[in-house]
Amino acid sequence: MSKKAEKSPIFLFVSEEKEPLFSKQNRQLVSDPLNDNNPITVQVLGICSALAITVQLKPAVVMTLAVMAVLAFSNVIVSLIRNLIPSRIRIIVQLVVVASLVILVDQVLKAFAYDVSKQLSVFVGLIITNCIVMGRLEAFALGNGPWKSFLDGIGNAAGYGLILIVVAFFRELLGSGKLFGLEVLGHKGVTLAESTGLYALGYENNGFMLFPPMALLTVGILIWIQRSRNRKLIEKE
Amino acid sequence: MKFLRNKIDQLKKPFGKGEKWEKFAPAINALDTFLYVPNHTTKKGAHIRDAVDLKRTMITVVLALVPALIYGIYNTGYQYLHQLNGGDVAFMEAFTHGLWKVLPMIVVSYAVGLTIEFIFAVYRGHEVNEGFLVTGLLVPMIMPVDIPLWMIGVSVAFAVLIGKEAFGGTGMNILNPALLARAFAFFAYPTYMSGNKVWVSEATNVDAVSGETILGSLAAGHDVHFSMFDMFSGAIPGSVGETSTLLILVGAAMLIFTGVGSWRIMLGGIIGGSIMGLLFNAWSANDLMSFPWYQHLLVGGFAFGIVFMATDPVSAAQTTKGKWIYGILVGFFCIMIRVFNPAYPEGVMLGILLMNVFAPTIDHYVVEANIKRRKKRLAASKLKTA
Repeated sequence: MSKKAEKSPIFLFVSEEKEPLFSKQNRQLVSDPLNDNNPITVQVLGICSALAITVQLKPAVVMTLAVMAVLAFSNVIVSLIRNLIPSRIRIIVQLVVVASLVILVDQVLKAFAYDVSKQLSVFVGLIITNCIVMGRLEAFALGNGPWKSFLDGIGNAAGYGLILIVVAFFRELLGSGKLFGLEVLGHKGVTLAESTGLYALGYENNGFMLFPPMALLTVGILIWIQRSRNRKLIEKE
Repeated sequence: MKFLRNKIDQLKKPFGKGEKWEKFAPAINALDTFLYVPNHTTKKGAHIRDAVDLKRTMITVVLALVPALIYGIYNTGYQYLHQLNGGDVAFMEAFTHGLWKVLPMIVVSYAVGLTIEFIFAVYRGHEVNEGFLVTGLLVPMIMPVDIPLWMIGVSVAFAVLIGKEAFGGTGMNILNPALLARAFAFFAYPTYMSGNKVWVSEATNVDAVSGETILGSLAAGHDVHFSMFDMFSGAIPGSVGETSTLLILVGAAMLIFTGVGSWRIMLGGIIGGSIMGLLFNAWSANDLMSFPWYQHLLVGGFAFGIVFMATDPVSAAQTTKGKWIYGILVGFFCIMIRVFNPAYPEGVMLGILLMNVFAPTIDHYVVEANIKRRKKRLAASKLKTA
């Protein structure tokens, strides 16, 4: 966890007093990770999967939903049993919870979206090692009630997914000229005469976008843009 | 001269402090310092200012590039007309054809790069940096002649944005921007950057053209039908400005004579390349390996890369000993990548980029070793006096 995240106000309250379901603080739990406390661009967690499955939009969206399910429910479960877990063995308990949920998600994907699950291959299983999941359990679910933890899980998974989808959008559009598998820039034929749309003008797909380094660079550019718009994210020296 | 000075001062007026176009001052200042030595003084530290500032250093490199560029333009036309008609080609005819091909590449490269530099200069409030004078000329010289112009534009934009501005502008970049532009184009649009159709202009329109580079033929297992003199003088297919080793050597002499380029890096590169070439000659398992080591130094972008790219003062090693190590390793890796991976016949680009990344590490260890040695000497002298 970065220092910034610990200093952020949302970690300070542990009060259990009654408050409306969607109070300002609760809404912030969801909205904060989308920008100021984004798990990828600010806390730099969960990078590996962001690099691996952002070549196309479809797997990125499915991955987002998978992480969202795992993160939200593991947060709720750990939050419910947080007072029963001896703190010495909490990591292993958390792992058991996360692992069971990941297996569930994996089975559901295999049953209902087999080809996407093939594309995601090991990366569904690797959600278990996604730093965001353990990070949120340790930093939030262990100290907060189930509803707040649920919102926190949804918010962080959404922040993760937002970056994933933006990166995948650019990589699929520029790398293969498609969005969700549809040829939005026109069809590329063997010769110029057989091509339509942009390809008829001599446009070419950027093969570099399909390589993992370009995912890292795209995330880097997003961080650059975010920090130049949001000055408070810049570290003081 | 007085007249010109007055004219510029007049022109500069609306860009002064508190005036209407203050924000766009970098543009006019760039023009001013292009023509005259800037008149600002040092604010702290050493108070000596050399008249040879960054702009004049860069101009020296541009001048050193000119012989190779002119030959490159001629060679572009020569390769095309020679493949088309065979036999000898008149110089002017070839040069005109080449100019039609190469000039737009140079214009696009400068236009895109300087636009981005200018936007960042206004946005960040500093002067337009001179570094792009060289980069903008290097990029078209290391591209195949038939590459579409928009690809050059995209590559230059990538190199300037990601390679330079992201790190803080001129002097802060880790990688050589021109090589980064080429690497980007190479990985993004491989069909336009390699193969046997791109090195001779309009090769696709000419039937039965064998326009592959020497390294390309070697990797494909074809015979090389160029003499050693062709390789040295540069009448071979290749990227625009890299073919003529002779004129690159002229440029190298200019760089060494003016002290702008480091002869240690150049010599180190040649030594490293020769050693690797000799090792491969001794091994000799395929055509690329048994290619004579001295010819390895002549073909492809080796000479161009070692003279103009590896010596980039920003991305190369800074210490004297570090320059030797850096140069030798550059030569070493250039030939190694070239031979071991026929998919990347131009290993020079990747070899130099790789060593650019390691240059700070090399410097670090050279400095550390120096500190250690001096400490030891101090301890020894203390022991003696005690």
